[in-house]
Amino acid sequence: MAAPKKGRSASAQSRPGRSLALILIAIAALTGGMFASGNTTPRLGIDLAGGTSITLEAKSGQESAINKTNMNTAVDIMNRRVNGLGVSEAEVQTQGDRNIIVNIPKGTNSEQARKQVGTTAKLYFRPVLATEVSGAAAASPTPSASNSSSKKATDKATEKATSSGTPSATATSQGRAVTDALKDDPTPSASNSASASAKASSSPSPSASSGAEAEAAKLQAAYTALDCRKEGQRAKAGEGAKPTDTTLACGTNSGGQWQKYVLGPAEVAGTDVKKASAVYDTQSGAGWKVTMDFTSGGSKKFASITGKLAKNQEPQNQFAIVLDGSVVSDPRVSEALTGGNAEISGSFDQTEAKDLANVLSYGALPLSFREQSVTTVTAALGGEQLHAGLIAGAIGLALVVIYLVLYYRGLSLIAIASLLVSAALTYAIMTLLGPTIHFALNLPAVCGAIVAIGITADSFIVFFERIRDEIREGRTLRPAVERAWPRARRTILVSDFVSFLAAAVLFIVTVGKVQGFAFTLGLTTVLDVVVVFLFTKPLMTILARKQFFANGHSWSGLDPKRLGAQPPLRRTRRPSAPADPKEA
Amino acid sequence: MSKLGNLGARLHRGEVGYDFVGNRKIWYGISILITITAILGLTVRGLNMGIEFQGGAVFTTPKTSVSVSQAERYAEEASGHDAIVQKLGSGGLRVQIAGVDTGKSDQIKAELSQNLKVDSEKINADLVGPSWGEQIANKAWQGLVIFMILVVIYLAIAFEWRMAVAALVALIHDITITVGIYALVGFEVTPGTVIGLLTILGYSLYDTVVVFDSLKEQTKDLTKQTRWTYSDVANRSINSTLVRSINTTVVALLPVAGLLFIGGGVLGAGTLNDISLSLFVGLAAGAYSSIFIATPLVADLKEREPQMKALRKRVLAKRAQAAAKGEDAEVVGQSCDEPDDAAPAVVGPRNQPASRNRGRGRPSGKRR
Repeated sequence: MAAPKKGRSASAQSRPGRSLALILIAIAALTGGMFASGNTTPRLGIDLAGGTSITLEAKSGQESAINKTNMNTAVDIMNRRVNGLGVSEAEVQTQGDRNIIVNIPKGTNSEQARKQVGTTAKLYFRPVLATEVSGAAAASPTPSASNSSSKKATDKATEKATSSGTPSATATSQGRAVTDALKDDPTPSASNSASASAKASSSPSPSASSGAEAEAAKLQAAYTALDCRKEGQRAKAGEGAKPTDTTLACGTNSGGQWQKYVLGPAEVAGTDVKKASAVYDTQSGAGWKVTMDFTSGGSKKFASITGKLAKNQEPQNQFAIVLDGSVVSDPRVSEALTGGNAEISGSFDQTEAKDLANVLSYGALPLSFREQSVTTVTAALGGEQLHAGLIAGAIGLALVVIYLVLYYRGLSLIAIASLLVSAALTYAIMTLLGPTIHFALNLPAVCGAIVAIGITADSFIVFFERIRDEIREGRTLRPAVERAWPRARRTILVSDFVSFLAAAVLFIVTVGKVQGFAFTLGLTTVLDVVVVFLFTKPLMTILARKQFFANGHSWSGLDPKRLGAQPPLRRTRRPSAPADPKEA
Repeated sequence: MSKLGNLGARLHRGEVGYDFVGNRKIWYGISILITITAILGLTVRGLNMGIEFQGGAVFTTPKTSVSVSQAERYAEEASGHDAIVQKLGSGGLRVQIAGVDTGKSDQIKAELSQNLKVDSEKINADLVGPSWGEQIANKAWQGLVIFMILVVIYLAIAFEWRMAVAALVALIHDITITVGIYALVGFEVTPGTVIGLLTILGYSLYDTVVVFDSLKEQTKDLTKQTRWTYSDVANRSINSTLVRSINTTVVALLPVAGLLFIGGGVLGAGTLNDISLSLFVGLAAGAYSSIFIATPLVADLKEREPQMKALRKRVLAKRAQAAAKGEDAEVVGQSCDEPDDAAPAVVGPRNQPASRNRGRGRPSGKRR
């Protein structure tokens, strides 16, 4: 945080007007964006605005599966799904032995949320029909031997396929694989190992092949257009896909690049996995791997799919482990695995292996949920109480202003203006974050913002006190401001860093409400630095040139006499203290 | 306020000043007393955990004409615990009561149905497990520990390990006091409280760091002079940042006090109390500890350093010598009016040796 801000301060010092213009433009732009997006108030959390409350009841074939551990795991998964970045203030909690309550604040798409929480983690093993590094054609055009040629071929094939709607004969094996696989979809072949269910729903019947071909072309077009680097597209990629559908999905490969996939119907479901764990392979020294135990049904299915896949060529000898529509791993199959257990090896490190094992275990969660009730709830705090809180907050703020005016007099104008700028920025950003990352303001966040008043105020109190100390030393205002700034700046940065650290740690470690609060705290801390550097300091520099402040008017808050400046200095430096023309 | 302004000037010149470091034993004592009280309160009375932590019952009623605040009263009478009542979209009410077990829940259900004049068959009672609050609290603890480790590392690098230790002690002190007061007052602990407590972390350290920053600056060339011991300078740096500390604390406390006393007390906004109380206590404790605990502790730790011990010896020797010569006026006083121009690297009251040297050539910079 410190480094870039320091650089900016250099220009702030020399051109205060520019910094002020910058921050005013920023406010104007943010406010403009606020009105343009049609949101003029921050999205409120469920405790302030009410929302939807969904009660889910756990169901399971085996009663014993409904236990505390499984319920907590389910809460964890739902929390992650519905909260996304963790700032939407949705609450997920268990109620009783078999219920989970999900509270979603007003303004969230509750239909979507219901969809998200209504199901447990959907984990499937799907055969890979085609795959490609997403957007890599543009990102890395450098050709290299076989790898890139096949990639190009794929591109060519997909281009042709989209323009003409028919597969191109010139495509190389891999390119053909894409379109063939898609075309083949309705009529199951070896490469697209069919299960009865796949046939049943992915397409009507072999006779309807023209319709299926159109569907394949549609999927092909979607595949070509898919750019997994874009979050929105990622989310949409596999949306609404049934386990029996051929679908698109995204995932990251070992190089950290986004990879896009065409995946066949699900062959094995997460519930077929009995147990998964990460183990360190000491025998072969290959490093971390993930082992899976399948249920009896699962091991049969798994043996059948791996048997088929092992005969295929790249990339169709891979199956993708898909969790909630995104590919978490895409291991290659070299032989049929019949033993009821399997292992996935690769260049995993410990965390990667553990994560994958976790995902596999979650997918094995033998719980599903039934929606018991969906009700609209009012704000927990109630209109009256929120109103009371706002009045109290306003009174508190008024007291702050009165205190500042009494103590800092003229300087308080700068202080209050800084607080206003800070408030405007915070408000606009919070409002804009509502639609973008589903940020919702709840009561703790409001309180965090109130504390932030103290932190913001502290920044200029540190600065003002420094200036006054410099004046007490006998300096006139302008040099006092410039000398006070570097020291005040360091103090502000050091202490804001501590505040920011607290916010960052809390944001990363915690969940739900606490995370939302940490976000508010971090945001206001960053804004504090921005405001002090781009607004308070430049404004102070400009005002230091004004007679009212420079001459130390008794209401300026910088009256040397009142501050008790060193008398000897005033005698030599400023014989006629109030009207020194040089200072004007 | 001008009187406070004058105080600032006098503090700045060192004309007045409280010997925080010298009287540290008193303040340590007071803090230990408070801490013991807090721990006693915690063990004897315990914390009044909210529904999210200890579990409880949630009653959902069919449509009723009873108002939310009235239902809240009924529920509290029936259960003896705080209740949170929400109106549902269907016109019914959702009543949350903490710390209720199955047996009691039936009794409350019966009472509620009587008071709300609805059929008790139609009141749906659900017992809430404590998992949610546990989860939040566990993660909060985790965050707290990670944060403490990181902050200690950061402070040890940015300042030095002694300051890091002192800051940590002050932080734990603040948290203990706040939690203790919660136990003593009997306020309900909700996730909001946890959040309030976490806010204090950042703030308490923030406040401490500001004082330490000034301390670090003022003790930069300490060993090159023989007029002040580390404790003297530490004390002066507290005094010179005192006005800032007071102002910041006042400005931070006023809005919180507004929430707590006006919002909570007069207008009766119950939930606001949770957060604002923990904030109020924590902010006040944070300001107190940075002045009375953290800095004296640093001075204490520092004085154990051989270098500082040697310095102390030199300073005392010089003072004794000066006293013998009868020049006590110059050395003994805390006054900053007479900076010692003869010693180049003297840690003066305002400790700006560089500026003084720069100004010395010019008539305007001349001090005498």
